[in-house]
Amino acid sequence: MTADPGETPAGTAGAGTADLTLDATVAAADVPPELTAQSLRQYLGASWLRIRSGNSGVLPVVLAIVIVAVVFEIITPEHAFLRPSNLVYIFGLSTVYMVLAIAETVVLLLAEVDLSVGAVALIGGVIAFKLVQQPGPNWPWWAAMLAALAICGAIGAFQGALTSLLRIPSFVVTLAGFLLFSGILVVILGGADSTVSLNTSDPNQNTIYDMVQGLISPVIGWIVLAVVVVAVGASQWLRVASRRRRGLVAPPLGLIATRIVILAIVGAAVVIVCSVNRGSSLKSVTGIPWVIPIVLVVLGAWTLVLQRTRYGRYIYAIGGNPEAARRAGVSLPRIRIVAFALCSATAALGGILLGSFFYGQYSTNTADPGQLVLYTVAAAVIGGVSLFGGRGKAIHGVLGGLLIGGIAYGVSLLSLGSLSTPLQYILPGGVLLAAVLIDVLSRRGGSPAGV
Amino acid sequence: MTEVNEAPEGASRGGDVAGAGAEPLLKLRGIDKHFGPVQALYGVNLDLPAGQVTGLCGDNGAGKSVLTRCIAGAHQPDHGQIYFEGKPVHVRSTRDASALGIETVYQDLALADNLDIVQNMFLGREQLRYGLLDEDSMELKAAETLSTLRVTTVRSIRQPVASLSGGQRQSVAVAKAVMWNSKLVLLDEPTAALGVVQTRSVLDLINRLRDHGLAVMVISHNLNDVFEVADRIAVLYLGRMVAEGPAADFDRQSVVEYMTTGTANGRPYESAAAANGKG
Repeated sequence: MTADPGETPAGTAGAGTADLTLDATVAAADVPPELTAQSLRQYLGASWLRIRSGNSGVLPVVLAIVIVAVVFEIITPEHAFLRPSNLVYIFGLSTVYMVLAIAETVVLLLAEVDLSVGAVALIGGVIAFKLVQQPGPNWPWWAAMLAALAICGAIGAFQGALTSLLRIPSFVVTLAGFLLFSGILVVILGGADSTVSLNTSDPNQNTIYDMVQGLISPVIGWIVLAVVVVAVGASQWLRVASRRRRGLVAPPLGLIATRIVILAIVGAAVVIVCSVNRGSSLKSVTGIPWVIPIVLVVLGAWTLVLQRTRYGRYIYAIGGNPEAARRAGVSLPRIRIVAFALCSATAALGGILLGSFFYGQYSTNTADPGQLVLYTVAAAVIGGVSLFGGRGKAIHGVLGGLLIGGIAYGVSLLSLGSLSTPLQYILPGGVLLAAVLIDVLSRRGGSPAGV
Repeated sequence: MTEVNEAPEGASRGGDVAGAGAEPLLKLRGIDKHFGPVQALYGVNLDLPAGQVTGLCGDNGAGKSVLTRCIAGAHQPDHGQIYFEGKPVHVRSTRDASALGIETVYQDLALADNLDIVQNMFLGREQLRYGLLDEDSMELKAAETLSTLRVTTVRSIRQPVASLSGGQRQSVAVAKAVMWNSKLVLLDEPTAALGVVQTRSVLDLINRLRDHGLAVMVISHNLNDVFEVADRIAVLYLGRMVAEGPAADFDRQSVVEYMTTGTANGRPYESAAAANGKG
């Protein structure tokens, strides 16, 4: 192997029989770097080639998050953006967008779209809140949440069936669903000015309230972080060892180590930020919101489903080439209907988190399905999920949600008066446009070489 | 283990032509097919022997695609009988065809660009372990099949199909078709979209399929390619099989005449062996 990472791809391609040669730069740019790199240095070289070809994964959104953080820190009054209290608030706000963006990702991967996701999420949240009311149904919190997820799942399945069985474009079906369920939302809230709120003195209702507002002590936070880092590290390490044993190409151990160190640093930063006292000197407030581990569980579950199960594989296949999936014996309607159902059920969880984030209270002010769906689709696309289907992961929804949450809250910190509201639309709009441009350009760059 | 058989001895080109003495792997007798008032195939007979490449020629609308689809299970013939390994069979679906060992590579290849080579080769037939995808086993098996077919120029079998050249995509589609214990592979215009170098490599791949003892049918407009690889040639003209025999019986001129008029030098086809016997 040559030491220069730029040379390696061409060298390898030339080493094979020369009949199927293709432009080595194009090939190198499209192949995931961990497949060919034998050392960390080669990996970085191959990654750089890939980024230059527009095929860059999570990097643009991570860069955008850093830029947004730095810019808002500079321009907000008293440089308040990166204060721990604000950061924890942004985590809470973003988790709603994160969960919704993960849900939207599933449908976007099929090259469909779900515009009803905001309205359905809010319906799920209100249903759960109504079911735990006392006096009233007084359901246990878990039963109320399961019921909300099931009802929203049924709504999703219905929309998915209209889309996949009658082949009505999902854009139209879910646009109608958005309007319809926005109206129904007001009805089940009980009228235009009604609110539904949780009584935090009831332990059952307080459990739902605590999902965003409740805090884990920093000590437990450190323990959980350590367990997660060790578990992820061990599983990655074992995977590499097993692939090496079977003679398969495995990413260099230096790369695995780097990833785990990055994971540990990011996790430690979150725990440290959450451990700082963000209350007053009289009443200290420290701890990690429950919602952070909750989002990690949602992320882990969807990553497992999308990357490691047959069902997830078929979602990607349909998004990439529905005809290929159909010829392979995949039932397209079944996969699509289940995807819409799971999207809506996941969205319902996001809706419950939203109610908890707004201190356990739903009103027609906090529950704006229009803004919610716009931010959700924007978060998924900004995160790196392709609007054209077949490309994207659950982690992209999480990163996009964090970026959208950061922008939305940063703008509100600016105290611009009448400019604040327009900027809450203009800024995410600009970022979304940039993200779509990246998506389109990378697709162009990734088109087959010889065809 | 790949399911590709080892090359049988003596299965060389132009050897035991027309499967004389041995039952052809697939035999079509009197296949009729019509769509409403339009008759697409009239009493078509065709033999596809194992270890030989048959080139199916014909002008646009001659019925090549319909005939292919009848073998592949996508269409059902109205009349006539298909014999596979000497036994009469009914191929009612592509699934039936796969169960017999008949695989078709259509011109559009049906590969998902966003999936990698392994994922495409196993699409619809994924291997599971504890309910999750067993990526490593699939990767090993895909790599073994590709190396058996000597498709060695891909940089990594984990690269997305979008990053492959046209010839490499064709090779992946063929490898996907032969991985499943296939005995007969139908290739629809395998070189239509390819440049000279890539066409060469696909033709080499077809030769290797023959060497592994598979029966191959190549549907092609390109007579250069047909003469390059075919042991036998069959020509359809307006839904009728006007000529079928060893490639040695044909030259470019006669194939074009059969394709455009159904006859050559004004005479219908008669196999050279039969003509010699008479003379």
